[in-house]
Amino acid sequence: MAARNGDDPVPGDEVLANDRSAIELAADVRAGRLSALTVLEQHLAAIEMREPEIHAFNTVLADEAREAAMAVDAAVAAGRDPGPLAGVPVALKDNLCTRGIPTTCSSKILDGWKPPYDATVVERLHAAGAVVVGKTNLDEFAMGSSTENSAFGPTRNPLDTSRVPGGSSGGSAAAVAAGFAAVGLGSDTGGSIRQPAALCGVVGVKPTYGRVSRYGLVAFASSLDQIGPFTRTVADAALVTEVIAGHDPADSTSIPQPAPELSGTLDDGVDGLRVGRITDLPTGADPDVLAGVDAAFDALAAAGAEVVDVEVPAFTYGLTAYYLIAPAEASSNLARYDGVRYGLRVPAADTNTMYMQTRAAGFGAEVKRRIMLGTYALSAGYYDAYYGKALKVRRLIAADFARAYERVDVLVSPTSPTVAFPFGAKTENPLAMYLCDTYTIPSNLSGDPAMTVPFGTGTDGLPVGVQVLAPMLGEAVMFRVAKALEDRAP
Amino acid sequence: MSDRISTEDVVHVAKLARLALSDEEIDRTTAQLADMLEHFADIDELALDDVVPMTQPFPLVNVLRDDDVQPGLVRDEVMAAAPDAVDGRFRVPPIIGLEG
Repeated sequence: MAARNGDDPVPGDEVLANDRSAIELAADVRAGRLSALTVLEQHLAAIEMREPEIHAFNTVLADEAREAAMAVDAAVAAGRDPGPLAGVPVALKDNLCTRGIPTTCSSKILDGWKPPYDATVVERLHAAGAVVVGKTNLDEFAMGSSTENSAFGPTRNPLDTSRVPGGSSGGSAAAVAAGFAAVGLGSDTGGSIRQPAALCGVVGVKPTYGRVSRYGLVAFASSLDQIGPFTRTVADAALVTEVIAGHDPADSTSIPQPAPELSGTLDDGVDGLRVGRITDLPTGADPDVLAGVDAAFDALAAAGAEVVDVEVPAFTYGLTAYYLIAPAEASSNLARYDGVRYGLRVPAADTNTMYMQTRAAGFGAEVKRRIMLGTYALSAGYYDAYYGKALKVRRLIAADFARAYERVDVLVSPTSPTVAFPFGAKTENPLAMYLCDTYTIPSNLSGDPAMTVPFGTGTDGLPVGVQVLAPMLGEAVMFRVAKALEDRAP
Repeated sequence: MSDRISTEDVVHVAKLARLALSDEEIDRTTAQLADMLEHFADIDELALDDVVPMTQPFPLVNVLRDDDVQPGLVRDEVMAAAPDAVDGRFRVPPIIGLEG
């Protein structure tokens, strides 16, 4: 099959590679029915057409991707299997280190930095035959829920370009929704995979804390950060999770277990499963979102699940605990940006002034706000009242989840309180933006896995995401429920 | 606006965080942090005295490996990223002594 030149028009009467799932693409590439280069060129053509409008990427790696795709094709021609993601175009959030390729975290303070190593997830994607097409935009250092905090300008939601794609992994969500890549990787510290996936109408997964190595993920809040996939189908998300999960000696928090097997049980259904409805869920979700979640419960009940009312009283306090713990950890992690070893330096006559001027010039408003909040919460005289108390609330949340999971297999809730919102709607009031994370934050605090799956539409035809939450290491049952919802989505 | 945080607190914290903030940024930060701390007071109603703090989802254990020699980062690549380097070392402006 001939490679498509990126300048050629894309015919509308054939099934384009960028409408197909990662599993379908990899199957065709592995069997020699479709070349990885053809798959790539069709995705690059989509990028060329819409990227100027969407701005999903900080960097498009067309040349590197062509080389990788040709290597996949050469392997197939030589009778070797390139791996389960053979020829699948992948978009990487730009806080994942890529050797020799700029990794900016959408911050001016890292502008021009080229990491001297690849993140473990990047190595595993390469080893599975995936083709990296670019590095995606994010809220600076993954702090935000709209991608409006990027130093390089916002990403637009491909479904309605007057609205945000969510955040912080908004670029990866938009790239998958727009057909720029079949798979995206993001990081989720308080909902940064699930919320943008919900707002862009794709699948997004936060695995159990420690399931996926963070080696090479630029740290935001180390006790909360987790890497996970964006895909257009639940089965694709299961496959990508299998590829990137599993123990890594380079990350001391990595769970010493092999990657979970998820694909084989996806279609086991929900008959007999107990699905929890949280009766004391924090209020604030819009009626269209709540209607979508109600319909999801009906669909699961119709499929044979038992819907059980449970209480998770400490859920409500997650927002406060998170916005004390995450900024505290961030203020410590971001101390490394001092103008000495990499990135921006603003010259000054002495080192301390150099630090202060470099950080003032390099960080944006939201990052400064979180560093200030976190430093305050950790400072002498306030540590016990804020950070110390937040750690105790975190224990209550984990304990409440554990109690709920004695009675149910999974919990189901909204992912985001609203569908995608217009640009500027929440930028004037930081607290309003933080409330976007109400339903996603608690599983980061507990460390449990959670994922979002599109389930119908709400206001203005925009997608509603339904969140499936599961106990620690409970990815297999979580994916089964998500698949059942996908199969029955309106 | 609450009295949970003062301008002096914010100036002090900015110094701890090594952030040069303008007067306008100090004022805005004070107002915004005060708003947030007001909201975060919701946890004051919880009985937390007997609760053990939770710092991460899994109990941390010491992670050891065999003392095998592994390839490290390439020093020249690492140093190439530095804003100022000389002879394989990071160069910074004077740390002390400018004000005599």
